[in-house]
Amino acid sequence: MRRLVVPPESVTPQARIRNFSIIAHIDHGKSTLADRLLERTGAISEREMRDQVLDSMDLERERGITIKAQTVRLDYRAADGQDYVLNLIDTPGHVDFSYEVSRSLAACEGALLLVDAAQGVQAQTLANAYLAVEGGLEIIPALNKIDLPAADPDRVAEEVAGVIGGEPEEVLLLSAKTGEGVDELLERIVSDVPPPSGNPDAPLRALVFDSYYDSYRGVVCYIRVVDGSLAAGERVRFMATSEERDADEIGFLTPKAVPAASLGPGEVGYLITGEKEIDKIKVGDTVTTARHGATEPLPGYAEPKPMVFSGIFPTEGDDFEDLREALEKLSLNDASLVWEPETSKALGFGFRCGFLGLLHMEIVRERLEREYGLDLVATAPSVAYRVTTTDGQVLEVRSPHDLPDPAKIAEIAEPYVRAMILAPAEYVGTIMDLAQSRRGEMASMNYVGTERVELDYQLPLAEVVFDFFDQLKSRTRGYASLDYEPSGYRPADLVKVDVLLNGQPVDAFSSIVHREKAHDYGRRMVERLRELIPRQLFDVPIQAAIGGRIIARETVKARRKDVLAKCYGGDVTRKKKLLERQKEGKRRMKMVGSVEVPQEAFVEALRVDQ
Amino acid sequence: MSISDLTVRPDSPQLADSAADAATAYVHVPFCARVCPYCDFAVVAGRDDLMDRYADAVVTEIGMAPPWRRLDALYVGGGTPSRFGSGRLARVVDAVRGRFGLADGAEVTLEANPEDWTPQLATALLAAGFTRVSFGAQSFSDAVLLSLGRRHLAPDVVAAVAVARREGFPSINVDLIFGTPGETIDSWRATVEAAVELDVDHVSCYALTVEKGTPLSRAVAQGAPAPDPDLQADQYELAAELLAAAGYVRYEVSNWARPGHPCLYNLVVWAQGEYEAFGNGAHGFRRGRRFRNVRRVDAYLQKVETGELPRAGEEVVSGWGAELDRLFVGLRRAAGVADGPGVEAFLGSEDGRRLLDLGIVEHIGGRLRVVRPLLTDAVERVVLSSTPETR
Repeated sequence: MRRLVVPPESVTPQARIRNFSIIAHIDHGKSTLADRLLERTGAISEREMRDQVLDSMDLERERGITIKAQTVRLDYRAADGQDYVLNLIDTPGHVDFSYEVSRSLAACEGALLLVDAAQGVQAQTLANAYLAVEGGLEIIPALNKIDLPAADPDRVAEEVAGVIGGEPEEVLLLSAKTGEGVDELLERIVSDVPPPSGNPDAPLRALVFDSYYDSYRGVVCYIRVVDGSLAAGERVRFMATSEERDADEIGFLTPKAVPAASLGPGEVGYLITGEKEIDKIKVGDTVTTARHGATEPLPGYAEPKPMVFSGIFPTEGDDFEDLREALEKLSLNDASLVWEPETSKALGFGFRCGFLGLLHMEIVRERLEREYGLDLVATAPSVAYRVTTTDGQVLEVRSPHDLPDPAKIAEIAEPYVRAMILAPAEYVGTIMDLAQSRRGEMASMNYVGTERVELDYQLPLAEVVFDFFDQLKSRTRGYASLDYEPSGYRPADLVKVDVLLNGQPVDAFSSIVHREKAHDYGRRMVERLRELIPRQLFDVPIQAAIGGRIIARETVKARRKDVLAKCYGGDVTRKKKLLERQKEGKRRMKMVGSVEVPQEAFVEALRVDQ
Repeated sequence: MSISDLTVRPDSPQLADSAADAATAYVHVPFCARVCPYCDFAVVAGRDDLMDRYADAVVTEIGMAPPWRRLDALYVGGGTPSRFGSGRLARVVDAVRGRFGLADGAEVTLEANPEDWTPQLATALLAAGFTRVSFGAQSFSDAVLLSLGRRHLAPDVVAAVAVARREGFPSINVDLIFGTPGETIDSWRATVEAAVELDVDHVSCYALTVEKGTPLSRAVAQGAPAPDPDLQADQYELAAELLAAAGYVRYEVSNWARPGHPCLYNLVVWAQGEYEAFGNGAHGFRRGRRFRNVRRVDAYLQKVETGELPRAGEEVVSGWGAELDRLFVGLRRAAGVADGPGVEAFLGSEDGRRLLDLGIVEHIGGRLRVVRPLLTDAVERVVLSSTPETR
């Protein structure tokens, strides 16, 4: 188990390479295990050891989740006396990032399925495990945290075996914290994960499975060579974009970048071409040589499809350009974030942004606010509706105010998802109630092990993005887990509910909802707004309406008293200061027609978790 | 035009504007038996031992003031000036008379608490030159008086007003407070009716206000009921109706007077006229400068006794600042303000025109007036935001 020094010019034979990922739920200890592997193989000294080396983004470290895939090369001398190169390709754990998971998995031959020995299998883990099985990966099942008093390895091993179709005895027992079982794991990786089997003599084909933007070096690609080999300095072509560049630098990640002369078949490393435009290099693309290159790219990827949309507006109109700049910078490292300018009468200039899911949305917002110091208002998340007009056009509607006039709509279809919910059997009733109230249709229900049930639902995505996960968690005391994947569009009886302040529609509060829920939605919005909008100098009616029909109404009664009782000689200066302060407060108001609405009212009214 | 002219309405624009030319002074007397829970004035309780030193200091400070013409009005407020004793009060009036002189028929006001008021005190004050007494009556409901922490009951007010009348005070005011939590609209009606019944010349009605740093504000923060602004609005409107029916004319947000009885000292302040000020925490405006004295009694005494002016600060009021002040104080008057750059800017602003459309202000005959006095501050915020920055 000594660290092997690889001479830069030497290419490791495929038989000595193992490429693998770790699939795990948030908090099931993946990062800790990865650190332990780094330590055991000497890739990083204990002195250098920062906890969870691979989670490098601040937000990841703070939330204990992995957002961007990371990769590291481990040199390992196995019990058979041979030296192996183990490439660990880290995967994000959350459902929103299944696209990133799938491209990480495509770079591997095997996957470690890591499950918390106390908590058991979670829905996301299940979904990712299925992805790995479908991709033909060899799965090594393992339980982590067996040192915890709450660990129940027998029960959980049974669950895991049930999920992937093996024997409970094959499930490895680990404690990433104490290091127990780590040596055995390394041996299992060597023995169970198949070596790569690319054709060394074929033209180069390497998969770009991730990239990030470095302000000095430009786009840095993470690649997995499948066939042929790549030499430093070679002219390469990105097959999807036909962009040709020189391979200025190639090398391995140990996890530090170590330049190498070449990358052979089966090897994993990085490629820097000096490309500054992130759009020119698509994750999922195939790299080949410019001369005598491959004609067929590797099986590609679908472009990540944004599923959840939200308008993001700066609180201060002056920050619009800063927001644009911040989004541009974020996009450099997050190809799945899409955005276009949007104008709201109520909120001013901002952007309509598309996200992979709710967590993705939340992370982007948080990064914008934290890393770029912006103060933002986000509208309620919505989905992309497919609208067929009476003249036969099909439109994708991502924002309620893009919905055509009802008279011109022949049909509205909404995106559905297949939702997999995994929970202890005792919560099945309450989960079914919830799913039903969200227009869900159950497809199947199966026991996983003896105590837990997997429920398979068809649900409108719009219902899922609206606090479904929070509800699920609170109804099951946090025991349920959820994963979902798109499952097509279905026509539905949907209407646009507008909210009017003093007779004027406020675009930020419009929403597309199911007709049966329109009244509830309208009532809730007007009630909430009545609490949030301060009294004005006149009565302000707040109405919810479908088309011209009012479905709910509240009134903010006019302010009647707004004067200091006394103002004599001594009070003149004091009063002026007081009014100055109040005037400042007024600047934080947005004018909606003639109604002053505090910024916080937008934020509060649009919160879904109430 | 004289304010004692019984044919002039207290809200007449001519009266309001001509007050700018009068000369007045304020003297602060901080001593109280105890501090009321809602009060945030510069007051002190339990230090009556300082009264003589304080009287000396005020007399000294009056002597330091730059010379001026004879004063048209003098106002002695507090605190509780009626506790100060007729001897010290007479010294103060004499000092003012000695330094500036008092015009014939000058208005000389004393704030008084009903429990201090005796025929002897009234006689002595009249002899010293006082012409007007303003009683801190606050309410004619004993329950309200108790919850306000006052030391008198309703009959004390009735008795005090009767004594003042009998001894020959030319002008009598009562201060009333409305909106005390727990006070009903009927209890307030009874209070206003009682004041009218006493046939006083002037009534001030103040909404109970929770001022920062007072015991009341701490109690409210801990969950005690706060005044309800809607109920206060109802109470205000009721008072306006009852007082108007009894012949009182509202000439400022909180002040009603019968013809011939508005408070000249206050008219001067609201007209942006100039006024001297003496005593701790007093504010004055002379020669284009607003100044304020140190708030603490001990600091005040120390400064004056070492021959120093007891100023805590002052500012020059000019240009837009002066115009803003003119509107700030002037718009509180029923007479409103005459046209000027500030009025022009206000009417030129979108918000200003909206207030006009809503009927909250009116612009008639070259004057801007607030028609709904309870919304004066909303109007003044628009004044602030529609005028160019002062700096």
